[in-house]
Amino acid sequence: MGWQPAATLDRLRQRAALLAHVRDFFCGRGVLEVETSLLCSSGITDPSIEPLRVQCGQSITGTRFLQTSPEYAMKRLLAAGSGPIYQVAKAFRDGEAGPRHNPEFTLLEWYRPGFDHHQLMREVADLVLSYLGTQPVEYHAYRALFQQELGVDPLTAELDTLQSVARAELDVGGLSGDRDLWLDLLMSHLIEPRLIGRGLCFVYDYPESQAALARVSEVDGMSVGHRFELYVNGLELANGYWELGDAVEQRRRFVADNQRRCVAGQNEQPLDEHLLAALAAGMPDCAGVALGLDRLLMLGAGCEDIRQTLAFDWSRS
Amino acid sequence: MFASRCWFSKISSFPAVAASGNACNLPKTRALGYHCRHFSEPKVNGNTMANYSTNEFKSGLKVMLDGDPCSILDNEFVKPGKGQAFNRVRLRNLKTGRVWDRTFKSGETLEGADVMDRTMEYLYNDGEFWYFMEPDTFEQYQADAKAVGDAHLWFKEQEKCEVTLYNGTPLSVAPPNFVELEITETDPGLKGDTAQGGSKPATLSTGAVVKVPLFLSEGEVIRVDTRTGEYQGRASKS
Repeated sequence: MGWQPAATLDRLRQRAALLAHVRDFFCGRGVLEVETSLLCSSGITDPSIEPLRVQCGQSITGTRFLQTSPEYAMKRLLAAGSGPIYQVAKAFRDGEAGPRHNPEFTLLEWYRPGFDHHQLMREVADLVLSYLGTQPVEYHAYRALFQQELGVDPLTAELDTLQSVARAELDVGGLSGDRDLWLDLLMSHLIEPRLIGRGLCFVYDYPESQAALARVSEVDGMSVGHRFELYVNGLELANGYWELGDAVEQRRRFVADNQRRCVAGQNEQPLDEHLLAALAAGMPDCAGVALGLDRLLMLGAGCEDIRQTLAFDWSRS
Repeated sequence: MFASRCWFSKISSFPAVAASGNACNLPKTRALGYHCRHFSEPKVNGNTMANYSTNEFKSGLKVMLDGDPCSILDNEFVKPGKGQAFNRVRLRNLKTGRVWDRTFKSGETLEGADVMDRTMEYLYNDGEFWYFMEPDTFEQYQADAKAVGDAHLWFKEQEKCEVTLYNGTPLSVAPPNFVELEITETDPGLKGDTAQGGSKPATLSTGAVVKVPLFLSEGEVIRVDTRTGEYQGRASKS
């Protein structure tokens, strides 16, 4: 058996320094560190994220889910009046493994009452730059970025147009799917590589269909989700929202997610009624973001593979 | 012995060999992959191959794609935090040698390909086919010019070659990385020139032409790197 760690001891010291840096950053800004449960009574409905389940044990009635992010629990704290909070937490996503993914990974997630996504993007940049050192920072609306890099309007283009843009540069065989599949393909295969060497690139205001847990409103006559992503040299590092606070709309999205799961032959997920009740009770207007801490360490330490940042990656744990 | 003693004259009567001579810049044949035929009865392979999901794709796995056997070279999991997961897979088409990237939706499956690499002994060439024998079973296989490509320039009787079988027939053949072959034709050796640089073309017993130092003469046996077609030195023993 290979008992030895995947990361070097130097790398583990760098990880400890990163954690200390993060805590120092938030302490200086008056953001409270919190801890929430890893094993939750409901999972996540998002069809593109699959939770791991724990089904046996005297304490387990029904199924418990390893969290895919601490988002729902932290929103309950916000609704309870916590004020600004952050958490460094393990998160688990089934089937995600590769040079940039480990099924168990560390998220840094934080919430800022009173912020919108633009204010939060600036705070994310502050944190990342304070750790990585000076880098250029770009902000692009999702729509403008597609127009600039691929010459296609992601909000209005026909499905056929998106497909032909992809097929002109990629072999995708018989790939088929809805608009979001093609947009995700264009983003991950064609746009991401063009962000390499450009420092921090924030992308914001996603198509409404990709709003996830962000609020939606009209910008230039088109409905967009106020969600943002941060890419650092082409590596996706963080995903944030100007948070949806409307319990009715949140329930509608959960149900729609489950319908898409059904169509795709995936398990339906129980809705997180705790979260829905918290939203109904009233969560303050806020923006929140989840940042992959292992990936930030990859960037800081110059690693090409996430396994080099982990004491024990999935195959050794 | 299956091979006749006059195999060289047989080979040299084969036009593909007579026309050869580009010993440099030889591609590694195994990477190319070609059409082929079996020596004896074609093996009817009743095996149903397993299906493999994208998360089982790993380097070396052989799969069927668009009707051709392919070898997976690399498999990159590409997934936005929120959004569709893909696998960007680098493949080599074992028939054409083409290497390219194909993107799949994560979770898609491909059928495994009945492709096996076997170490076999080269026997002889009959002007049309090259014959190989599996040392354990003595089973013989014939590979045609497409399967063999330029690799025949390095085939030496009784040498071990890597034969890639697809549905039981040779798809490609890779010679050993190093072979020792006799110089059959070159300009006369220059005595006292051992220390100088300088090289000249030398034709080897297989028809391959390699650049050798000026001091070598016909009848000498040299060692050649088959991956580059480069002279490595005199053979330890001729």
